[in-house]
Amino acid sequence: MSLFIIVLLPFLGALLPGLMIRAGRQVCYTTTMLVTGAAAIGLATHAPAILRGETVTAKLDWLPGLGLNANLFLDPLGFMFAALILGIGLLIVAYARYYLSREDNMGEFYVYLLLFQGAMVGIVLSDNILLLLIFWELTSLSSFLLIGYWKHLPEGRQGARMALAVTGMGGLALIGGMLLLGQIAGSYDLTVILERRGQIQDSPLYLPALLLILLGCFTKSAQFPFHFWLPHAMAAPTPVSAYLHSATMVKAGLFLMARLWPVLSGTPEWTALVAGAGLLTMVLGALIAIFKHDLKALLAFSTVSHLGLITFLLGTGTAFGAMAAVFHILNHASFKAALFMSAGIVDHEAHTRDMRRLGGLRKLMPITFSIALLAGLSMAGIPLLNGFLSKEMMLEEATHTTLFGSPMLVTVAATVGALFSAAYSFRLIAHTYFGPERDDYPSHPHDPGAGMWLPPGLLIIPVVVIGLFPALAEPFVKLVTGAVIGNAAELPDAHLKIWHGLVPALWMSVIAVIGGALLLMAFRPLSKAWEAAPRPEAKAIFDDVIAGSVALSRGLTQRLHDGAFTRYAAIMVVTVVAIGAHAWFTGTAGLPTREMLPMTPIAVVAWAMLIAAAAFLVAAHRNRLAVLILMGIIGLMVSVGFNHFSAPDLALTQISVEVVTIILLLLALNFLPNRTPAESGAPRRIRDGVIALSGGAAAAGLIYTILMSDFPLGTISDYHLANSYKGGGGDNVVNVILVDFRGFDTFGEIIVLGIAALVIYALTETLLSSKVRARLLNRGYETEQAGDAHPLMMVVLTRVMMPVVLMVGVYIFLRGHNEPGGGFVAGLVVAIAVVMQYMASGFAWAARRQRYPYHGIIGAGVLVAGLTGIGSWFAGVPFLTSAFGYFRIPPMQEFELATAMGFDLGVFLAVVGAVMLSLESFSRLARRQDTEDSEYAMDIDPSRGAELVPGRAKEEN
Amino acid sequence: MSHWIVSPIVLPAMLAAILVLMVRRHLLPQRVLSMAGCVALLGIAIGQFWQAAGGDVTIYQLGHWPAPFGIVLVADRLSTLMVLVTTLLAPLVLLYAIGSGWDTRGRHFHPLFQFQLMGIIGAFLTGDLFNLFVFFEVLLIASYGLMIHAGGAERLRAGTQYVLFNLLGSTLFLFALGTIYAQTGTLNMADLALRVAELDAGANAGIRVAAVLLLMVFAIKAALLPLHFWLPASYALAPAPVAALFAIMTKVGAYGIIRVYTLVFPPELAITQGLFDTWLMPAALLTLALGMIGVLGAVRIERLVAFAVIGSMGLLLASVAVFTPDGIAAALYYAIHSTFATAALFLLVDVIQSRRGETAGRLVRARPFEGAPLVAGMFFVAAIAMTGLPPLSGFVGKLLILDAAFADPLVWWVWAVVLSASLVAVVGFARAGSIVFWKAHQQGPEPEETDPTSAPPVEDETAQNGSDEPAVPRPVLPMVAVGGLVAMLVALTIGAGPVNRALAATAEQLFSPAPYLEEVLATEGKVIKDDAHGDEDHAGDEHADEGEH
Repeated sequence: MSLFIIVLLPFLGALLPGLMIRAGRQVCYTTTMLVTGAAAIGLATHAPAILRGETVTAKLDWLPGLGLNANLFLDPLGFMFAALILGIGLLIVAYARYYLSREDNMGEFYVYLLLFQGAMVGIVLSDNILLLLIFWELTSLSSFLLIGYWKHLPEGRQGARMALAVTGMGGLALIGGMLLLGQIAGSYDLTVILERRGQIQDSPLYLPALLLILLGCFTKSAQFPFHFWLPHAMAAPTPVSAYLHSATMVKAGLFLMARLWPVLSGTPEWTALVAGAGLLTMVLGALIAIFKHDLKALLAFSTVSHLGLITFLLGTGTAFGAMAAVFHILNHASFKAALFMSAGIVDHEAHTRDMRRLGGLRKLMPITFSIALLAGLSMAGIPLLNGFLSKEMMLEEATHTTLFGSPMLVTVAATVGALFSAAYSFRLIAHTYFGPERDDYPSHPHDPGAGMWLPPGLLIIPVVVIGLFPALAEPFVKLVTGAVIGNAAELPDAHLKIWHGLVPALWMSVIAVIGGALLLMAFRPLSKAWEAAPRPEAKAIFDDVIAGSVALSRGLTQRLHDGAFTRYAAIMVVTVVAIGAHAWFTGTAGLPTREMLPMTPIAVVAWAMLIAAAAFLVAAHRNRLAVLILMGIIGLMVSVGFNHFSAPDLALTQISVEVVTIILLLLALNFLPNRTPAESGAPRRIRDGVIALSGGAAAAGLIYTILMSDFPLGTISDYHLANSYKGGGGDNVVNVILVDFRGFDTFGEIIVLGIAALVIYALTETLLSSKVRARLLNRGYETEQAGDAHPLMMVVLTRVMMPVVLMVGVYIFLRGHNEPGGGFVAGLVVAIAVVMQYMASGFAWAARRQRYPYHGIIGAGVLVAGLTGIGSWFAGVPFLTSAFGYFRIPPMQEFELATAMGFDLGVFLAVVGAVMLSLESFSRLARRQDTEDSEYAMDIDPSRGAELVPGRAKEEN
Repeated sequence: MSHWIVSPIVLPAMLAAILVLMVRRHLLPQRVLSMAGCVALLGIAIGQFWQAAGGDVTIYQLGHWPAPFGIVLVADRLSTLMVLVTTLLAPLVLLYAIGSGWDTRGRHFHPLFQFQLMGIIGAFLTGDLFNLFVFFEVLLIASYGLMIHAGGAERLRAGTQYVLFNLLGSTLFLFALGTIYAQTGTLNMADLALRVAELDAGANAGIRVAAVLLLMVFAIKAALLPLHFWLPASYALAPAPVAALFAIMTKVGAYGIIRVYTLVFPPELAITQGLFDTWLMPAALLTLALGMIGVLGAVRIERLVAFAVIGSMGLLLASVAVFTPDGIAAALYYAIHSTFATAALFLLVDVIQSRRGETAGRLVRARPFEGAPLVAGMFFVAAIAMTGLPPLSGFVGKLLILDAAFADPLVWWVWAVVLSASLVAVVGFARAGSIVFWKAHQQGPEPEETDPTSAPPVEDETAQNGSDEPAVPRPVLPMVAVGGLVAMLVALTIGAGPVNRALAATAEQLFSPAPYLEEVLATEGKVIKDDAHGDEDHAGDEHADEGEH
């Protein structure tokens, strides 16, 4: 079977349990077994080739640009791991079938389990280290889901998050390490990297790469000081603990160290780090394990300890160490998974895992007892069981290893570790199964059905068989060891056997077993002393770190983003000025290339007025009405300025815009208090003043230098001047730019205007359909109201003005192409004509006489402008290409017709619609409870004769 | 003359006008037309992308005026790619808006949506800097309208800040444009590229200021620290589909940087040395760090996602700041990825908020809600993508960026910040997901993980409210939309090879702009009749004379 299928099967199969659970637990279980089984069979088909010493590969390009390819290869090392994963996987799936209760969602469990399985198989089959990273992180993620599987347990959630944080951190470090490794080796393909030992170890990047990779391995394999997550991951259901957190996932770190052994090992750094961390973890884990009362906690720390043992073996950097490591990986997987499952059985039956409440189960659960006894003794390193063999090899290796300059250190530490290991193994058996039977178990225990004890029972077979006949395992172990060490070393000629003679390792072993037994006898006082001794509690520290960083992040985030807009704006202005100034002062400013223009008296006066108005505005900024008036003055001066600099179009536009905005702002002021309250103290005002002045000074300085220099390279405007008439059919270059040269900009801008009006309308509608409506209707008046809201004089005047203003609008529109004017200004002028009617006779009166909805006018404007543009498509020219011609209809003079007029009409309509829609929206908001719709154009109307009563009074009667 | 380059701009504009003019009071036609428009846009975008994929640069002269005198649209690999991403996103977001009924909670959702698309697409396609300003205005004002859609005091307040800050940005844009025009006398990007290269190094202060001012304009849009302040509140409080659509808006800023700072101010340009090449990378890394810190510290899930957006922009800009073809290609990949990832997350946040009732987005324990497993699964996947964990595109993007960073002098800083920020994000997302989806199942009353600073737990109250509510059938369309976005991420991951090849070609095109310049500047415009000069000119003179009288 293709390697791709072996890896993909669990992933694709992961979809099934979630679906099949609808058909019942048995179907769900069977499906999962089939998926795992199929993958296992697929693996088995490669067994002959692997045992012959061949390597199976499968390659698929994924992201060749980066070197990330879906390349898989299967060698003895990968085969051993894959076999462990799938083989134990089968047992675990079967075990979980009976372990999970009816309330547990079995489908979900198997989904996660299969995801994990696929990821794990992916790790061990990857030939590309980036691909390996992907699977690596996937195991962290699926482990996160599995640990948190019992969502209702806080321990599960916290354990899951802790595991994710720690292994996630390692995973990220590993990303860095792998990228470095790939950079050094020039390839991300493992098979290539493994050939480049010299190149890698000579590289200056070797140490950072090693550190990052080891960080990944140590976190994954729970090496000190990252061991603390593993015991908390035991909150997961026991099948998960047995599978992920003892037999497979935590060995991924070991796998990677073994995989990269040929290129990374053998340096002093490697030995110090790996062997040191391994040794420390072994001793420390074993020590803590002795005093754990929870069966699973004890097993968790014993796992930590054994992982340390294997790490140490890999760290020594010798071929013999590697062989011992491989052998112990196999042995540990078998006895530890069996122990976990037996612990799960005890928990399942007795409803407790606390050894202080257990004991005497030997007779009640004979089958479970036998399994636990054999597995436990193997863990303790008792002869004739497989644990003994690999432990002997470890002790043997320890006697040959020198660490930190001391040859004795390792020997002593390894012996102590083995001693502790024996102690907790004995305790596990003694305190659970021996002793008197009790009558206070939470639930009366007895052996479970075969479905639960058979999986661990099957695992005991290799424990015993290999223990008795180690030679059976030797060829395979040597094959795998060969794959680990590659070309980096010679395969050791040692043999796996029970009796090596009276070597130092045997004496160390004897000391360990006897010492362990003595330790168990003295357990009670020792335990008391242990409980009394102060020790750092990893979970508390971790929780504090996380809570601290959350609080810190929260504080920082909230302090920075406190919602004060003035602060945001101040930061922005300061940033812009600072960066702009930096750019200016690091460059070279050219000398002015223009003469200063003469200062005419009129210009000086206008300039002084502008400054004065601005200054007054700052001084009077709390009085909103005054601000508005001063803004009007400033706008007017700007228009005058435009005119002074020969830009009549701009001046005209500016003046009309001023008029319309002032009217709209006046309406808006209606909803605001007349005065802005003072909200900031003097220091802040000074700060803001300084920032404002610096911004103003920067802008002024920039503009000054721009005004004082010529265009260094000429400008495109010359073309516009030259071609406005010939190419655009208009003398008014500004207008031709607006509707022709850059008509597309104008198209965008009328849309902006239209959108603005639509937004104002939408906002009004939203407000009026919310609770705000009542508040708006019921608010009072700040000042006294005029008795005559719609005075006669104004009504008459605006009526007279209307046709005149409309006429002006049309005139301005028509002359636009050749003279100052155009659709935009015309639109504003016409809007003003209509606004006047609203002002004079009130909103309701005017609105009733207005037949075209303003939305429509905006829409029509955009449409007309757009359609004019699209019209040119029919002539086979691009959007908005203008055409014009001169016509003569006698007796009139010759006149010009240009398609640009259609476009300008669109502009005109959009402007009228936008202004009027905004006005209408404001007016609707402005209504109060006592506003009513007069049917008369004015409040006091002489022509209505006798009933000279203002509409308001009449209604009230 | 093929008009389809302008069509993705004209189509939504015309459609929006028709929606306003004819069917503004009728929901169904609005929805149908709006969706049809989005689908048509997608079709056009695919066609354009296909056409540009071969490496051709196609231009469109508006008004038939030759560049640099008129406005041109330019369809090259980059612009068509961005348009394609936008139009892939739009129908899904619209589907969600329709399915969840967001479009009925205020007025003019659909026209504004179309105008917004017009603005975004226009910004990507235009080859003229001032025209870019116009499209920035269009998308700004439309986005403001969409942002405050459906109202509410908090949202309006955030909307005001949003529009004010961005108007400051627009003002800055004008300053930048004025300065650039004063130095070069042109606004067409291709022409600018030629003229900026010709400028006298002895008087370079003006163009240096112009370059950084313009960069800051784009930086505001791209939420680069410290110009990002507008983002958290407005993205967190915008209606979900709008926030999801905004996922492409920050990319407009990034696009601006990529386009202008490879074409007009390329990294090797002498007169702009010592400017953004020194501070852009640190700023981007700070942005990344701050964003992920915000993720960890968030008290509400919508703010968490908003900060994740900032973080992802930091990562994207860090990749841009390398300014090599590899860096740009990685940035583009990450941009596509983060667009879909953020959109999916914002939509999911809305689903969570609406189903959790009054607890809404607060990160406290609440009762379990209906249909949680599917939502949780989707959230898990989207969070994996967002935090850059394998196997989704976020991880691929991160690898590409880390790899590209080798070319940068700050490579170790980049690595350190990117990797540790990822960890912070993972912890933050795990925390949030665990509270929302897992903690709900906890038995017993004590809310032990609740932070004392956050609001008091209200689960009892909500539970009561919740049980009283009649069971409303849950609409399917929203989850279909989310599923579509997640599917995009999966496709982006599986197709990483071809996508990356296309993006590498895109980056390559950006770094060898000669064909672009040639196509834009050497294409003839409309024929101005010089042979009829005498007659018409005469008539014109006459005409003009009369006008003056």
